[in-house]
Amino acid sequence: MTSYIIRRLLASIPLLFVVSFLVFFLSRAGGRDPVDAILGEKGTPETRARVTRELGLDKPLIVQYGIYIGRVLRGDLGTSYIRAGESVSAEIGRRLPATIELTCAAMLIAILVGVPAGILSAVRPRSWIDYLGMSVSLAGVSIPVFWLGLLLVLAFKQWLPVSGNIDPAIDIVRRTGFTILDCALAGDGRAFVDALRHLVLPAVTLSTIPLAMTARITRSSMLEVLGSDYVRTARAKGLRSTTVVTRHAFRNALVPVVTLIGLEFGYLLGGAVLTETVFDWPGLGTYTVHAVFQTDPVSICGASLVIATTFILANLAVDILYAFIDPRVRYG
Amino acid sequence: MAGLAILVLIAALSIGIGLISRHDPARIASAAMQGPSGEHWLGTDDLGRDVFARLGYGGRVSLGVGLAAVALSLLVGVPLGALAGYFGGWADMIISRLIEVMLALPTILLAILIAASMGKGADTLVFAVGIVGIPQFARQVRGSVLTLREQDFVQASRALGASPLRTLFHEVVPNALGPIIVLATLGVGSAILTAAGLSFLGLGVETGTPEWGAMLYEGRRGLQSSAHLAVFSGLAITLAVLAINLFGDGLRDALDPKAEKKA
Repeated sequence: MTSYIIRRLLASIPLLFVVSFLVFFLSRAGGRDPVDAILGEKGTPETRARVTRELGLDKPLIVQYGIYIGRVLRGDLGTSYIRAGESVSAEIGRRLPATIELTCAAMLIAILVGVPAGILSAVRPRSWIDYLGMSVSLAGVSIPVFWLGLLLVLAFKQWLPVSGNIDPAIDIVRRTGFTILDCALAGDGRAFVDALRHLVLPAVTLSTIPLAMTARITRSSMLEVLGSDYVRTARAKGLRSTTVVTRHAFRNALVPVVTLIGLEFGYLLGGAVLTETVFDWPGLGTYTVHAVFQTDPVSICGASLVIATTFILANLAVDILYAFIDPRVRYG
Repeated sequence: MAGLAILVLIAALSIGIGLISRHDPARIASAAMQGPSGEHWLGTDDLGRDVFARLGYGGRVSLGVGLAAVALSLLVGVPLGALAGYFGGWADMIISRLIEVMLALPTILLAILIAASMGKGADTLVFAVGIVGIPQFARQVRGSVLTLREQDFVQASRALGASPLRTLFHEVVPNALGPIIVLATLGVGSAILTAAGLSFLGLGVETGTPEWGAMLYEGRRGLQSSAHLAVFSGLAITLAVLAINLFGDGLRDALDPKAEKKA
């Protein structure tokens, strides 16, 4: 098992290198010249040349990449071109917890609603519960999340906050970076409730796709298990239906559900871009989008690298979990 | 079937919009952000242009971008997957690593990076959304080809002296098409969603071009005062994608008898 994990970890290193090159190249290809973005209309040819030289933009792209990756390996994601002096690592460090918080809340909703909905549908196939559940999940994968977000803003703006992750007037001590956790640690009940209220609409919005997919996978996996011989045996023994479903069927139907949840988690960390934009959530997604519009390649690159690393690690975690559950994977 | 019916209706509305609505989608016809009325069935947008006409003409762009993007994904993804699955070895190594690299970034993020490096325009949307769709087709085809290449009819083709490429593209690939057709159908839905997402962020078509995602982007700015623009453009996207997903699910059940039994 250990050798499997080490092998997989080693394999992801070259992958990360290639991804870093791709991201580096894309963030600097075409579009606007960052020097224009820094100097605006004021730049004379002399200042332009000086800034270009200072930032090392006069060197060949591959040399620039070499310098960049050398810094990244030492844990330094560089300094923003646009907001002079702002460390990209520090800013990402501030914003990553907000994205993780939103993602976790969305996953929690998806699991708490999606798994029971899938089980109910499977236990009573072709009933109204099944049709309702499956229709809602079909709508869930078809609706653009950013539109759903806007509709929720329209419907609930009188009752719930629709922008940011906490009231700017509330001042809490940042210990972990996770707003809700920090409010709890500070023992500030009012701040905690306010942070929770800010989380509701974005989390519900972001949860639609994973919720729909979790419900669908749970249903089909449960249906398969419920039709198997050992479940029939359990029923024949005279066990209660609830016992059969929860004790015998559900545990075995769980494998594909766990895989899906792991994969979705990694996907949501990066895919939260649109939801974060709708709700001005101060996470990595809005950071990336702002950087794109400000032509700030260092920030774009740093954020994308962090998202890609998280994504690869999440996929790796799923594979390892899979290897634990199914020994055949380890020797494949 | 319901999916196909809605889809045909949306396509017909988009193609025949010139016959149904006499409004020019680019002309400022009336006061901005008016609600639905007899003159403007779905109201006017932030500049006073007719929303119904813009949705119709926008459908051509949005559906067109979705179809073209999937065509691009197919055109690149199917041969890549087929070559990797059939020849194995180095070809498989390189292509599979390439796919892994593309899958290491979330779809929307990769699409944002590509679109931002290219500048605005419908062709940018097609390119960005088409590129990010390649891996799933390549993986699907690779898997199918891996199982098909050992079958008797493929061996027979080789024994008859057909070249490897001929065997691959004349015997193997046509037999792997079933799941690809389903994937491509569902892919049009997700391509429309990704393209609309890019436009919603302001990375899509050029300003002024009627396109559903871009209309939603414009509608968002006036959301507090008048919601109809955002509501109708989002509804158009949702209905189109829902219809495609319904149709794709039906197609899968029809093409794969096992899937129907399980469902």
